[in-house]
Amino acid sequence: MLAVRELRKSYGRVVAVDGASFAVEPGQLVGLLGPNGAGKSTTVAMIAGLVTPDGGTVTIGGKPLGGDTDPQKRLIGLVPQDLALYEELPAAANLRLFGALYGLSGRPLEDAIGSALLLVGLAERAGDRVKTFSGGMKRRLNLAAGLLHDPQILLLDEPTVGVDPQSRNAIFENLEYLKGLGKALLYTTHYMEEAERMADRIVVMDHGRVLADDTLAGLRERAGRDAGPGASLESLFLAMTGRTLRD
Amino acid sequence: MALAPLVALVRKDLQIFFTDRRAVILTLAIPIAIASFFGSLFQGQSDQEAARVAVAMVDQDGSGLSKRLITATAADKALAVTQPPLEEARAAVLAGRLGVAVVIPAGFGDAAVRAFIGQGKNAELELLTDPSKGAEVAMVRGLLTGHVMGAVTQEAFTGPSSQRLLDEGIKSLETSTMPADQRELLRRVFESVQALSRGQQNTGAPAAGLGVPFEVHETQVTGLPLRQYNGYAHSFAGMGIQFALFAGIELAAGILLERERGLWKRLRSAPLSRSTLLVARGISGTCITLLTLLVSFAFARLVFQAPIGNLGGFLLVTIASSIMAATFGLLVAALGHTPAATRRVAMFVVLVMVMLGGAWVPSFLFPAWLQQLTWLVPVRWAVDGLDAMTWRGLPFTDALVPSGLLLAFSLACGAVALWRFRWEEA
Repeated sequence: MLAVRELRKSYGRVVAVDGASFAVEPGQLVGLLGPNGAGKSTTVAMIAGLVTPDGGTVTIGGKPLGGDTDPQKRLIGLVPQDLALYEELPAAANLRLFGALYGLSGRPLEDAIGSALLLVGLAERAGDRVKTFSGGMKRRLNLAAGLLHDPQILLLDEPTVGVDPQSRNAIFENLEYLKGLGKALLYTTHYMEEAERMADRIVVMDHGRVLADDTLAGLRERAGRDAGPGASLESLFLAMTGRTLRD
Repeated sequence: MALAPLVALVRKDLQIFFTDRRAVILTLAIPIAIASFFGSLFQGQSDQEAARVAVAMVDQDGSGLSKRLITATAADKALAVTQPPLEEARAAVLAGRLGVAVVIPAGFGDAAVRAFIGQGKNAELELLTDPSKGAEVAMVRGLLTGHVMGAVTQEAFTGPSSQRLLDEGIKSLETSTMPADQRELLRRVFESVQALSRGQQNTGAPAAGLGVPFEVHETQVTGLPLRQYNGYAHSFAGMGIQFALFAGIELAAGILLERERGLWKRLRSAPLSRSTLLVARGISGTCITLLTLLVSFAFARLVFQAPIGNLGGFLLVTIASSIMAATFGLLVAALGHTPAATRRVAMFVVLVMVMLGGAWVPSFLFPAWLQQLTWLVPVRWAVDGLDAMTWRGLPFTDALVPSGLLLAFSLACGAVALWRFRWEEA
């Protein structure tokens, strides 16, 4: 569904992404892991069309992603790390705006808003301003905004930062449901247990390069005897990326 | 450019603006309050008497001439005369309560009349002045010249000391080095004045003297018949444009804040052109600014009877000014970094533009080179255009040049914003 080939991006002398390649298939959740500054966010930004790559391609269903107005962008839903919501407006008004940006209007738009709010458990709060929501509710609404236009690919950039266990669990259930619907999910996170629980495949990036692209079992196998058969993803991750502080 | 997303983005900005009712009220009320204050300062004398200039007259002479001078100044409608002692007058000037104190020294009466008939040095008046009130000092000096001339000539022609001083003048002619024929003519003039003075004293006729030989009749030239200058129309134009530009800064800060909050990532991930995103902000900014300007002028019209000479031209200039302010905001957003820093820098730029545009201080007070520079400032085009369509009462065609310049400036701002906006940071 989503294929990234030899993606490159530099900012001056700093190479942010250096030949990254991986794919996400329908019904699959791929965990994109890496330390701070590894190039994850830049990679997601290039897939979402926010940043123009210096080289390489992003293809969706085999077709390369074009410029700002490429209709293929309708197939992608972005859930940014920031709470990208208008806090002064009610939840429904936020979704009405984001739906309209993807060409939805009238009854289909209102139905999509109802479904998205129902999915994330906020149907009762549709008319309330976002600034009255808790952190977890905002995170769930952030997810709903990315789902509104029924995208086939969902880019989730640390979607559970700063939420309570209940909201996190609700988000996980939403993602399992979406996977079941055949959506392709790319999920970046620093929480290894989330990737361990959710990801079908794990892509580890560091210094702009893809260090590994495999299942959890495959990563363990690759680590061999040193890691042991029950090694945690965190220990595997530290073995690959080192223990040096990055900030 | 897709219309539905554009409309949705504009509607969102207007929804956010109207959500905070207190902010809406302040946005509309503050320009009205400040423009009303400035309007009351600049309002002409058509419907109210101008404030008198306070001046103290300190009479150390006590002569007939000094009394005439004080009576004349007290009768002047432009002056509010008091007669405190010298030290009290000096203290009032020092404290800033008084702009000018006129000290009439002892012997002034005699010296002035002698000087008038060519028998001695000019008499001296002392002015105690507040250095910060130059305009008041200049005004008092001018008025005083006329009153002194009137008082001196009255005293010379008809005053109690005139006979004695003219006798002295005639005697001094005998020792004068003047040619004999001229000396004889002057002696006859002095004797004629003495005869006039005696005749007036005997008959009790009003005192004769020299005065200002003309009166001024003013006709205010505007395109509005039977109307006089309305200072509120100009102050609402100046303050309206100032607050329109402030709204532009808020628009810029809003864009930068949205970028900080990650909202532009979501907006840009949708299949929209960059121009759609910026044009939407430009349209919503224009609508909000236009509303502010129209509400301000409606208030000025209803409360202060500020005239709108040409409604079509007024709307054209107002719309062009609103577009100018909104696109200026887009330019600021394109060049700015953080909302707080951008606000400060942009505020400075706007204040300079407003000052140069003549919204605070009339531009004729500037040096000549600076006056030329003001033609480069869009605030001047906007204020001149609004003046032309309001109290000047000029025809619609006079709105075309300022509106055209404002729209050209807007186009340039929009183009630079589209070019320089840091999309990849989003």
